[in-house]
Amino acid sequence: MTDANTPPKGELLLQLEGVSKNFGAVSALSDIELEVHAGEVVALVGDNGAGKSTLVKVLAGVHQPSAGVVRFMGKPVTLDSPAKALDLGIATVFQDLALCENLDVVSNLFLGHEISPWRLDEVQMEVRAWTLLRELAARIPSVREPVASLSGGQRQTVAIARSLLTDPKIIMLDEPTAALGVAQTAEVLNLIDRVRARGLGVIIISHNMEDVRAVADRIVVLRLGKNGGVFTPDSSNQELVAAITGASENAVSRRASRKAAEVHDE
Amino acid sequence: MSDVKPATQPLDRADERVRNDDSLSGAVRQFVDRVRSGDLGILPVAVGLVVISVVFSSLNPVFLLPNNLVNLLFDCATVGVISLGIVCVLMLGEIDLSVGSMSGLASAMVGVVWVNMGLPLPIAIGAALLAGLVIGFVYATLYTRLGMPSFVATLAGLLAILGMQLYILGPTGSINLPFSSPLVAFGQLLVMPAWLSHGLALIPGLVVLIGGLNTARRRREAGLTALPMSLLLIKAGVLTAALQFAVWYLNLGRGVPWMFGLFVGLVVAMQYALTRTKWGRSLFAVGGNREAARRSGINVRRIYYSAFMLCSTLAALGGVLAAGRLASSSQQAGTGDVNLNAIAAAVIGGTSLFGGRGSAWAALLGIIVIQAISNGLTLLNLSSSLRYMITGGVLAIAVIVDSLARQSRATHGRG
Repeated sequence: MTDANTPPKGELLLQLEGVSKNFGAVSALSDIELEVHAGEVVALVGDNGAGKSTLVKVLAGVHQPSAGVVRFMGKPVTLDSPAKALDLGIATVFQDLALCENLDVVSNLFLGHEISPWRLDEVQMEVRAWTLLRELAARIPSVREPVASLSGGQRQTVAIARSLLTDPKIIMLDEPTAALGVAQTAEVLNLIDRVRARGLGVIIISHNMEDVRAVADRIVVLRLGKNGGVFTPDSSNQELVAAITGASENAVSRRASRKAAEVHDE
Repeated sequence: MSDVKPATQPLDRADERVRNDDSLSGAVRQFVDRVRSGDLGILPVAVGLVVISVVFSSLNPVFLLPNNLVNLLFDCATVGVISLGIVCVLMLGEIDLSVGSMSGLASAMVGVVWVNMGLPLPIAIGAALLAGLVIGFVYATLYTRLGMPSFVATLAGLLAILGMQLYILGPTGSINLPFSSPLVAFGQLLVMPAWLSHGLALIPGLVVLIGGLNTARRRREAGLTALPMSLLLIKAGVLTAALQFAVWYLNLGRGVPWMFGLFVGLVVAMQYALTRTKWGRSLFAVGGNREAARRSGINVRRIYYSAFMLCSTLAALGGVLAAGRLASSSQQAGTGDVNLNAIAAAVIGGTSLFGGRGSAWAALLGIIVIQAISNGLTLLNLSSSLRYMITGGVLAIAVIVDSLARQSRATHGRG
């Protein structure tokens, strides 16, 4: 967790041009344009099935795009494996967390990046694990228990901590606060602020508009796999929901007007 | 957050929910907890060995005589080395059913290249090991590139390799290895001098003590808890006493076989690789959650290659040792129960068939159980029909224990 080789604030880190992804006949993403600058938090919002997680998986090297160009630090890159993405400095916290339940917390944190590969330095790894978990104000009683014994929120914290270990330039968080308690959610949001302050780019996916507005610099809406517009945190809920659902007349607005009518009647 | 704790508290005991288990009683409590939650470790093997010794020695006192045990260790080494490779593939949740045939082919190659073709012995052994390496490479390619389940790929390999073994042995079907050769002496006669075996038996205790003290010092310096001195001393003391007694008892007979020494050396090396290297950690990770391992940046394909190639190569080495043990390369080498014994040993020793859990000790302890049963039954003059049935029953019990322990671990949240 050093500031050593992070680019100056504002530099264009990641640029997507016309990225598409098809699963057979279904096009999960079509012609996506996205830019992420250093020191910027970009929120991806959209309905279920809008393609948010697919986009994250493309950037993490899990899925390969069917078409389009991904530029990282100005150069076109092929993200053909998760290892490649990690090497470039794109760290990801997946929605399903991707932890190994049979290994303990320390092993999971350092998986693939162990200290001294031929003679694992367990002491140093454990100390760094504790330091990192302290920084995140994590409530994990023991780092030597298998991950299987942790709660959903604790696993989430472990997954986030792991993404920070590798000194990334961009962090992608897929629903990072979904499984978290009140204090933990606040800690994760604080953490995102700290990460941005250090000059990293952050992509966050969330369904919680309040969280999104609290941290995001830009809100990118995805709808049915296409760009649905870019908003600022000042945009109203109604505008966002309209962009997400694709109509100003939707379940949310109907409910709001019904409530308003009820209040009016009394 | 409001986690203000005194500065003297070690990092890993700062949470009030963690029980302090660093005393002797704490260690015992931890062990009981682990066993109750289904993390059985070597407990089933230890219990099994005691039961086997009591039953067989009461039926035939020869069983526990030093020379019989020395013979037992000679037999353990050959299949044990094969079993060590099986541990690697089982860790990934895969299987290699062709290790028996592989060992048979290796033994045949030694006979053909060395005795029939007249090339030096090291070249013959090298060729056999290379064959193992190549066959492991083929399995890994079939599995990772073509998506062929290892079960089917190695089942096909079982037949194909057996065919190769019969083919290269030709119509005679059996080649006798010269009795005066070093390979046969290694497989049948060579034992360590008493002083050396006692000396070597001191090493594990010293390693536990010195390594433990070193780790404890580093952990305390880093602000972590460490095992107390008393516990380390007890561990090292018990280990040394047990090993010295075993060595003394074996030395009443012929002594500790060099071949068994080689096997133990391989086990120790494998255990180090599994627990203290990045490769071993990756093996556990791939076996536990393949996709998670891939997303952590582990080259999953390479891990599969390494495991399959190591398994076949160790199977070939086991075959070479078996050729020395039997002083012949024959069509029978590697057939019969070799395959099953090697796999059973790994499972009985506590390597899970479901992947992500196991140790190199599993091969050592498991093969001692298997060979003890087979040796005991032979001493009782039971027919091979009964021996197969009993060994089959023992394997079934071992797998049942594994499955039950796995369910219990799941309900206790221990992966």
